[in-house]
Amino acid sequence: MTYSVLVVDDEPNIVLSLEFLMTQLGLDVRVARDGETALDEIGRLPPDLVLLDVMLPKCDGYEVCRKIRANPRLNRIKVVMLTAKGRDAERERGLAAGADDYITKPFSTREINERVSLYLEEKSATCSN
Amino acid sequence: MLTSWFILLVSLGYLCLLFAIAYYGDKRADEGRSFAGNPYIYTLSIAVFCTSWTFYGSVGRAATDGIGFLPVYLGPTLTFALWWFVLHKIIRITKAHNITSIADFISSRYGKSNLLSGLVTVIAVVGIMPYISLQLKAVSTSFAVLLQYQDVVAPNGANDLSALSSLLTFSEVPILRDTAFLVTLVLAIFSILFGTRHIDASERHEGMVLAIAFESVIKLLAFLAVGVFVTYGLYDGFGDLFSRAREVPEMNPLFGQGTASGYGEWVTTTILSMAAVICLPRQFQVTVVENVDEGHLRKAVWLFPLYLLIINIFVLPIALSGVMMFSPSAGNLADMFVLTIPLAENQGTLALFAFIGGLSAASGMVIVATIALSTMVCNDLIMPVLLRIKRLRLNERGDLTRLLLGIRRGSILVILFFSYSYFRFIGESYTLTSIGLVSFAAAAQFAPAIAGGIFWKGGTRKGALTGLVLGFIVWAYTLLMPSFSRSGWLPIEFVEFGPAGIELLKPYALFGLEGFDVLSHALFWSMLANVGGYVAVSLLSRQNALERIQAALFVDVFLHSGLRDGHQLWRGTATYSDLYDLVSRFVGERRSLRAFQSYARSRGLDLMRIGEADSDLVNFAERLLAGTIGAATARALIGTVVKGEIVSIEEVMEVLGEASQAIKYSHQLEEKSRELEAATAELRAANERLQELDRLKDDFLTTVSHELRTPLTSIRSFSEILFDHPKLDNDERTRFLGIVIKESERLTRLINQILDMAKLESGRTHWNITDVDAREAIREAVAATSSLIAEDKIDLSLRLPDDLRPIRADQDRFIQVIVNLLANAVKSCNAADPRVEVRVVAQDGGLKVSIADNGPGVPAGSEEHIFDKFQQVNDGRAGATGGTGLGLPICRQIVEYLGGEIWLERSDTHDAEAIAAGSSSSSDSSGPAVSPLPGFSTDEDEAAFDGGGAVFSFTLPYGNARQDHQSGLTQADSASETEPQTNRHERPGISVGSD
Repeated sequence: MTYSVLVVDDEPNIVLSLEFLMTQLGLDVRVARDGETALDEIGRLPPDLVLLDVMLPKCDGYEVCRKIRANPRLNRIKVVMLTAKGRDAERERGLAAGADDYITKPFSTREINERVSLYLEEKSATCSN
Repeated sequence: MLTSWFILLVSLGYLCLLFAIAYYGDKRADEGRSFAGNPYIYTLSIAVFCTSWTFYGSVGRAATDGIGFLPVYLGPTLTFALWWFVLHKIIRITKAHNITSIADFISSRYGKSNLLSGLVTVIAVVGIMPYISLQLKAVSTSFAVLLQYQDVVAPNGANDLSALSSLLTFSEVPILRDTAFLVTLVLAIFSILFGTRHIDASERHEGMVLAIAFESVIKLLAFLAVGVFVTYGLYDGFGDLFSRAREVPEMNPLFGQGTASGYGEWVTTTILSMAAVICLPRQFQVTVVENVDEGHLRKAVWLFPLYLLIINIFVLPIALSGVMMFSPSAGNLADMFVLTIPLAENQGTLALFAFIGGLSAASGMVIVATIALSTMVCNDLIMPVLLRIKRLRLNERGDLTRLLLGIRRGSILVILFFSYSYFRFIGESYTLTSIGLVSFAAAAQFAPAIAGGIFWKGGTRKGALTGLVLGFIVWAYTLLMPSFSRSGWLPIEFVEFGPAGIELLKPYALFGLEGFDVLSHALFWSMLANVGGYVAVSLLSRQNALERIQAALFVDVFLHSGLRDGHQLWRGTATYSDLYDLVSRFVGERRSLRAFQSYARSRGLDLMRIGEADSDLVNFAERLLAGTIGAATARALIGTVVKGEIVSIEEVMEVLGEASQAIKYSHQLEEKSRELEAATAELRAANERLQELDRLKDDFLTTVSHELRTPLTSIRSFSEILFDHPKLDNDERTRFLGIVIKESERLTRLINQILDMAKLESGRTHWNITDVDAREAIREAVAATSSLIAEDKIDLSLRLPDDLRPIRADQDRFIQVIVNLLANAVKSCNAADPRVEVRVVAQDGGLKVSIADNGPGVPAGSEEHIFDKFQQVNDGRAGATGGTGLGLPICRQIVEYLGGEIWLERSDTHDAEAIAAGSSSSSDSSGPAVSPLPGFSTDEDEAAFDGGGAVFSFTLPYGNARQDHQSGLTQADSASETEPQTNRHERPGISVGSD
């Protein structure tokens, strides 16, 4: 089964790198450049995983995360927040908004790969149960 | 009629009455029903000031000098009425320190010095002895006049007194037949009986005071009786008497202010008696030591002056009437008018009453003065010497109270004996008044040490000693020795020509000071020496710890109630039994036991259990001792049993400094607290500003770190991808490397701009201001951005007028502004046919530069913040195109520094395609990659570029408006230093330096 991932970021180059990495992991990759588009994409076809930037035009990452969590239909989506804001307060804010993980930019590509793999394994474990 | 035995009998009877009254008073006090609570008795006892000198002498003085007798009473009146607070302070101090005499007072103030108290005692004895003898002389003379008037005067005619004076050569009278001697003996017995009943000299002598008060009544009544008899018996009241006296030409001088002396003597005598009423040992005794209640002073303040007024009313009438009656034979017998007038009028009983009045005045003074002096002699002269003679082993003897009492009694006898001798050998040569004033002058020597002592903390022991010694020497030289000289003890040449003929040292004209009366002259020199020595030496010498403590306790007696006994200032300790033994030896077993018991009771202690006495108890014991033997000796004795010493002078200064300056400090504190409040408010405001700045700084750091992380993220990601995927195909590899390079450039730019911004904001930028040709500068800017422009295939048009005046600016900074704005425009142009136009319009004050694009414009609501740092409009413009968010803020900093203004002229977001048709007639064609754009308006005044995107405009002032511009620069310069971040959005048009 092919998992799908939605990459949400307003920096084209970062999107490009994440797109490349996720494709390499064998995932089905979609992209959104802002919060509203991201929510539309998710509503249209819920992905298994969202890599979500915080500072987004129109609707920020926290808000997107909260909306995902508020919708029971989308409950099983894993959300990993990516942000250039590295302070503890923001990290907690992200987790409080319902994110499963919080990765600080600039991130290590290997770390991203490991985390994403881990979440997808968890997800497959719960599905098989 | 008046026989010798009858007069003697009456005199003795009167004195016996005194004994009875004194005995009654003491008995009442023993029974606990004392008269001590009666302020009238207290005031009447102060009237001991009126001695036989008043009773007889005033009349004598008035007979030669008119109202010249008055100053002696004006002085005390002034002191009591106006300077009562001095007395009040002295009384409070005396009570606090259990002080026994004036010598004790002075010595206690100056570090409890034995030397000082001894010196004061010597001065007092030498100065007062003539005064006592004066009283004895008055008794003797009055007795002789009373007894022999009938036999001697009457045969020659009632009004000739000349025969009487020959009878007054006392030295020829055998001592045993001399009434004065008998009276002296009786007074000695009285003083011993009622002055030394108690060992505690600081305790009130109830009986003695009651007897003195009684005597004050008797002398007043006697004097009034004679006065009333003269005024209303012999004449028809004051008016009649005075007008009759006026008719006698020889008496005219008596109606002046006093003929024998000038105003100088008035002033001198007033000052002297002001001091004397405090400083005379007997006055100190009755006014201060015998005072039981400070409140009594309030009554005495008006009652005592009233007494003085009443007793003086009839002085002048009696004197005038005496002169009229006996002139010119009166001579120095004018002193006796009080007796001779009634005698001449055959009023024997009245004369006898007057004699008793005189006896009252004399005996009262003798008793009090002797008791006061004997206490001083015993405590301050004899005991210190005896205690120092080791051979006597006084320290080992048990009860010393009998010894002390014995010494006091002996002193009384000795003092009276010497006084009597003085009277026998020199008393004759002087009238009563002169001797009295000599004594006053001696007592006045204490005034500087006392006044300085209670109002000036700086006075030192050495200063007081110096002042007293110098003053005493000058007094002795200018007043005492001349009196010896006049009595024949010294050659009269001493007075006339000075010692060994040295004119400058003449005792009545010292150092050539002539033209003063004897008294003023003496007072001037003695006070000059006294006060000068006291102040000078006090300023030059240092106080020891004890002096410092006592000074503070005296001067601030009303201030430190807690510090009164200097409790905190003692470190010494002793065993209770040592202290008790010591005290009981001097104070007596019973009395000390009682005192210690009441002390223990008041503090809830058990005497039996007190082993080590604390400093409190040591102080108590010292006070107790001081009440008996004086502060100086008590201090020395306590020092023999107390281990350890008084604290160091530094610690004393510290403790006292705090206590005594409490008031001063509290004022300072109030002021300080006001200042503090103001400072607090300022601090609070500053703190709020700081917090705001801190918040801004935090935001800034967060933003900066965010801005830095973003390109860094791309760089790291692609670097790792390239590293981890060596088999990427070539195109992809090149593309990824291109991204890494671009993002690195962005990062570099960002860091440069952050630093540039910080530099601009701090005001430390170097500005190279020159005349700048805008056209040339704009072309340079376009050249710098040509690669960007070419890359994005942007149509760039320049509309630059030909005849532009130069502007005053920094050329590089000007170019930077254009470059930033161009880059901004290029980045936001994502239209199908991206166009950017740079247009310059010459205005009145300077140039207006506009840069327009046909991009999507600036979203509504963002216009406000477009020039703030890192406020990229999150519509994807900056983020997508790699902007730093610092370009516009830097532009604003530069433009505003150069005296111009920058703003977003248009932020339309409507359709970018709707570009009106038009020509570009005046566009410059020399720039790179520039072509006239169709659709640009030809209208010079309107924003010609109607591309629908954003238009940024800024203005800069001309260079040839040099002066204005320069001042504008200066202003902007200073403004940028003080308020580098001031938002100047509101500045309209081209404003040249007015804020």
